Amino acid sequence: MSEAHLEPDAAATNSEDHPATPLLEMRSVNAHYGAVHALIDVDLAIYEGELVCLLGGNASGKSTTLKTLLGMLKPTSGEVVLDGEVVNDQPTSYRVARGVTMVPENRRLFKRLTVRENLDLGAYLRTDSDQIAADMERVFELFPRVKERLNQKAGTLSGGEQQMVAIGRALMSNPRVLLMDEPSMGLAPALVQQNFELIQQIHRAGMTVFMVEQNANMALSIADRGWVLQTGRVVLDDTAQNLLAHPDLQASYLGTAEQQ
Amino acid sequence: MTATLPPTSSPQLEAPLAAPRPALAHDWRRIARMGSIAAFAQVFIALSNMPVALDGRTMVKPVLSLGYLVLLILPFAAGYRQGHQTKLEGVTQHAAGPNEVVGGLACGMIAGGGLSLLAVLLANFDLRDPLVNWSPILLDTLTFGNAPWFAVVIWLAIGAGAGASGGVLRLLGPRSRRATVTMVLAVIGAAVLESLMVDLADGLRLEALTDRLYAKRGGVTWPGALVLAAVSGGLAVVGRGRFRTARARLANLEGAKRSRANAGLILAAAAVLIVLPLFAGKLTNELLANVGLFVLLALGLNVVVGLAGILDLGYVAFFAVGSYSAAVLTAATSPKISPEMPWLVALIVVVVITGLVGLFIGAPVIRMRGDYLAIVTLGFGEIIRLLFQSDWLSGWFGGAQGITLIPGANIFGLTEVSGTDPRRVFYLVLAFCALAIYVSWRLERSRLGRAWMAVREDETVAEAMGINTVNVKLLAFVVGAILGSFSGAIFAAKVGSVFPSSFLILVSIVILVVVIFGGMGNIVGVIAGSAVLIGVLGGPKQPGLLAEFSEFKLLIYGALLVWMMLARPEGLIPSVRRTRELHQVEMAQDAWLRGQVDGEDGGGGDPQPTVQP
Repeated sequence: MSEAHLEPDAAATNSEDHPATPLLEMRSVNAHYGAVHALIDVDLAIYEGELVCLLGGNASGKSTTLKTLLGMLKPTSGEVVLDGEVVNDQPTSYRVARGVTMVPENRRLFKRLTVRENLDLGAYLRTDSDQIAADMERVFELFPRVKERLNQKAGTLSGGEQQMVAIGRALMSNPRVLLMDEPSMGLAPALVQQNFELIQQIHRAGMTVFMVEQNANMALSIADRGWVLQTGRVVLDDTAQNLLAHPDLQASYLGTAEQQ
Repeated sequence: MTATLPPTSSPQLEAPLAAPRPALAHDWRRIARMGSIAAFAQVFIALSNMPVALDGRTMVKPVLSLGYLVLLILPFAAGYRQGHQTKLEGVTQHAAGPNEVVGGLACGMIAGGGLSLLAVLLANFDLRDPLVNWSPILLDTLTFGNAPWFAVVIWLAIGAGAGASGGVLRLLGPRSRRATVTMVLAVIGAAVLESLMVDLADGLRLEALTDRLYAKRGGVTWPGALVLAAVSGGLAVVGRGRFRTARARLANLEGAKRSRANAGLILAAAAVLIVLPLFAGKLTNELLANVGLFVLLALGLNVVVGLAGILDLGYVAFFAVGSYSAAVLTAATSPKISPEMPWLVALIVVVVITGLVGLFIGAPVIRMRGDYLAIVTLGFGEIIRLLFQSDWLSGWFGGAQGITLIPGANIFGLTEVSGTDPRRVFYLVLAFCALAIYVSWRLERSRLGRAWMAVREDETVAEAMGINTVNVKLLAFVVGAILGSFSGAIFAAKVGSVFPSSFLILVSIVILVVVIFGGMGNIVGVIAGSAVLIGVLGGPKQPGLLAEFSEFKLLIYGALLVWMMLARPEGLIPSVRRTRELHQVEMAQDAWLRGQVDGEDGGGGDPQPTVQP
């Protein structure tokens, strides 16, 4: 089973830049929500150090993809591969411990807990307390604002601050790849801009980021590559530049591509 | 780019009060509405038979019985409440004046009018068929033994008087208001706590004091009430604000000093609880032991509901399993097997059994969420009781006859703890409460405790953090079950018999009410909740200080719960931690706003959530 066979487009456009094994990969994954076929033969490959995005409208299967990658939903067929290992049967905790972490949609902090407790919960599976303390310092370096709010309840923070805590909480698990669910959702335009800057900043520091977005122009402006998902199928798979220029991008978004 | 923001403290709220409003300038519809609600409630109270049933308990001899007291509260409260002015920025606040008194008088009069109307109806119609308390005795109580027209006049007058005094309370300055309230509460409190005080005074050889204060057949005497009011009022004036300052100072202490202060407080409380029973009689110790049993149960439920957020409505199941397994293991009369273990050995087995039952019940229940989970736990609570009651298992547990002649708890052969000596029971309960408090306290601050709170806040995200939510919730269920089983095992040894009827669904509800009333997720709150609800009003089968209330316990529980949800949803004692955090929020926000106004604040180059125009 060669990669080129499974992902012809990705191989054609990107193969020369990447090491042989992707960090996180979906191989012709099918997933169901009850009887609904939510993901249909989805192939994705995320390589170390990349900033990639998955685009799609409502109910196109973006969040399902994230859940499947994180192990909160079991695929009906196909394989989820983490660093060369098939993890279909491994629980979420196994994958988190091996470096997959999600920043949930709408931040979803533990609102009645303090910022510190939120960060501690990000490091829930870790036991290396020295390293945890060091990572917390790194979060404070990244977001000095978070340190000021440490003993405050997370629910009392402003939207932008909550986003920082959400990212900080994810970073506390010492991840290798950060899955971001709709980072622009529910934020004011100025904050969306700031948020994408944050993501770029983390990416430049060496983090692999997989971002799921509706805001295609914004996401593609910072991403290396992207996929477009439509009713559970990957319909476009290209570099960010090509996708931005692609005439079908907007059309596929509105769900009209299939009828054309 | 930063916009200028208005200063945070709004000067409007501290503005000097405007002149009092004229006496008759009222929103009369509002007064009529409040008065009518109070009147309706008065009629409801009267028809619930409270005035008649509670007439026997004298509060202040010879003028006031508990029965009449409950009829005075509402007109007074309505009269006080109508003078309330909502504090809104930009809305003028008026000083209190004759307006408040007139309003209170009107409000109270309407409230009292409800009883006037009821008296007339009582005299002329017989509705005893649907309303069992529609009786000549009630009429007699309302008319003070006179003609119905007398009741009409007297209740309008009493209502007006109570309402007007509610209004007058608005006129007093904060200091004299506090003194007045303290005086009234001291007299009522002394009357409520009469049996406890007499019992304690006997132990401390202070009968002379209580003999003066209380009349022979119960109730505070007139001179006693006056002296008590004077003393407590004086204390309130002298000690004004001291308590509050002390508490604020305690909350502001940092680190080591604070934990030292806390340790001191805990030691002091422990010392009182250890020494007090030595001077107290049977009655007080019995009461303390009952409160302690419910503290144990509530602490267990607090882990499940307060920390892990699993609404368990069938918690009594674990109390029952603990009691029954202790009974089977220790009693010689147990129908099927009777190993007659010593209590402490049996306790170990009881803990294992209850833990397993917790696992067994928890496993299917835990996978559900929210409402469904609550309903299913409710079902399991009943199933366990019905199993103990069933003919099918009567060979093991004696069916409806239960298990009797359970021996007391033998502690290392040193002493035998049974219901005949409530003092020992209390010490045993105290020891287990201390254990449960320590365990809860440690768990709350542990990694597991944090996982529980995460599950409570957002289960999906908790799972995404790598928390095994099923295991963690199951563990909460099991810890709760084990804490409940302690209470059950002590209960079996204390009462000496167990029957299925001791484990009605009502017990689950009462424990839950205790936890909610005291303050969910808060150990001190849970203890305070038990003390107030179980100690004063009484448990499902245990009489409290106001034994006369037992008939109306559920009514009062319900009313308290509704009031609590409206006025103080965080419970009787919101945790200090929470209060302090709220303070910090305000301070931090003020600092943040100042920073915004000044421009850049602190962090160099990092992205800031500045609002751009």
